[in-house]
Amino acid sequence: MNILVCIKQVPDMGGRFTPNACGTWFDDAGLVFRMNDCDEYAVEEAVRLKEQLGGTPDVTVLSIGPARVVETIRKALAMGGDRGVHIDDPSASERDPWQISAMIAGHAMSRKYDLIFTGMQSEDRGSAQVGVLVAERLGISCVTGTIGFGWMDGIVTVERELEAGMRGMMKLTAPALLTCQQGLNTPRYPTLPNIMKSKKKEIVVLRPEEVGLDGPLSSAAGFRTHEHKTAGLVLTGDAGDIADRIVALLDAKTTVFRRGGAR
Amino acid sequence: MRVLLVGECRAGRLAGEIAELFGFSVALGAQASMLLVGSPDDLPAFEGRLYFADAREYGEYNPEAHKRLVMEAVERERPDAVAFLHSSYGWDLAPRVAATMRAAQVSGVTGIDGGGYRVDSCNGKMCRTVSPLTPNVVLTLQPGAFPSPQLSGAPEVVRIDADPVSKVEFLGRRQPDEVVDLSRAQVIVSAGRGVGKQEHVDLVRDLAAALGGEIGASRPVIDAGWLERSRQIGISGQTVAPGLYVACGISGAIQHVAGMKGSGLILAVNTDQEAPIGDVADVFVVADLVQFLPALTARIKARPGVSF
Repeated sequence: MNILVCIKQVPDMGGRFTPNACGTWFDDAGLVFRMNDCDEYAVEEAVRLKEQLGGTPDVTVLSIGPARVVETIRKALAMGGDRGVHIDDPSASERDPWQISAMIAGHAMSRKYDLIFTGMQSEDRGSAQVGVLVAERLGISCVTGTIGFGWMDGIVTVERELEAGMRGMMKLTAPALLTCQQGLNTPRYPTLPNIMKSKKKEIVVLRPEEVGLDGPLSSAAGFRTHEHKTAGLVLTGDAGDIADRIVALLDAKTTVFRRGGAR
Repeated sequence: MRVLLVGECRAGRLAGEIAELFGFSVALGAQASMLLVGSPDDLPAFEGRLYFADAREYGEYNPEAHKRLVMEAVERERPDAVAFLHSSYGWDLAPRVAATMRAAQVSGVTGIDGGGYRVDSCNGKMCRTVSPLTPNVVLTLQPGAFPSPQLSGAPEVVRIDADPVSKVEFLGRRQPDEVVDLSRAQVIVSAGRGVGKQEHVDLVRDLAAALGGEIGASRPVIDAGWLERSRQIGISGQTVAPGLYVACGISGAIQHVAGMKGSGLILAVNTDQEAPIGDVADVFVVADLVQFLPALTARIKARPGVSF
């Protein structure tokens, strides 16, 4: 059994973002990169399935991007992936979801993966398209927003997250692609021995042209700070002084003190 | 410009959010038609063509059949744009339709920017303009980004059919957790990723107790297991509108904001003054919540004349 997990490296969202020279995306300078959060759930679920099946499935971890993404592939290998595929594409951030899906599908086409796990969306782009497009290109079943997963002899049971706390339950057969939502499991922290082992695992490096480059369907421009409405009142300084002002403000503008609160 | 809006039915009821699809078509100045896989007893009110298929026949979640139905409507209507809500239904179905049409898809549209569409990036801190390079475009609209006009009129209903077969079998819905009803709370103090550690959730709980309110949370805190899922506020959790909402360490991702922006006074506590929660906050406290929350709680408890 073969499993593919597609992961993306993203910057920590607490960083300061500045546009790159052509204004299409952020400049890397000063940002700290790590694995996209949904993708950690995808890696964890693949590794859990491998463990459930006595270690027989082979778990490949794929990432597209410049040289720095190897670090994130290594983390996934330290979590329990068997081998890595790095599609070395310094222009990855200029590609649209259609092009990214072409590369993944190009790799997966000939390899007969039984299951493909991806994150539901990335924290930086949030398009929620790539996984579904890969499944469409491969002609396999796909469920998005997976928050519960079970496997029994090729039968996949999935819970997907709907609105307002509801979940939908589905059944499908492999081959299938599942996009994973936060909360699907608890991603593990790699242990030191597994980090050491991961350094010896193979990472195949491929160029975009070798896996499948397609033309873009959309273009991007004007990467900029969100025009935020500034809060009416911004308070900075000593925590105690701010707290005094907040108490006065709650007294003047709300009824919390007069009524003794909500209950 | 012609836009095909894709409506949505949840548990047999027309989703109220579909009004935003019409708000979008007005903003675009487009002529709107709609496709709905829904209930014949609950049709949307508008003037225009409604391509309709019965959800009892096709299921509410059957992406392969729904894709065929959307494509059937696309072939008849020949729209320039196909617009979905960016919901669990829309984000799932839209890329399938876009791939079939070989059309560009723009996800989570928050505005119209000339010939392109504005979308948020980096957790709502940044945005950019994405423009289709294809003649047609598929869009998903960010919840709350477009107004909800009052709907009226009687559509011309056109029944359509497609192959209902699907490789994915829908077994049903379930509500996994007992929901703590936060919708009637007058005060909610919520914890976000910025609380940093499970111990710090207690600081949030203490303030909620001092104010006589309820504790809530945004998604990362729930996923970390620091608070029960039934207290999640946002699109995948509850929608609330208390008189006072205190957002502690919540960045203000649009999925959370959509669930609390109707609150009376919104107080945000965050170290990052650029956090998008500033969009909806009335008061923004730029402070480390580990210092600020205990200071505020102590002052509230010390107020004379307050009894709980």
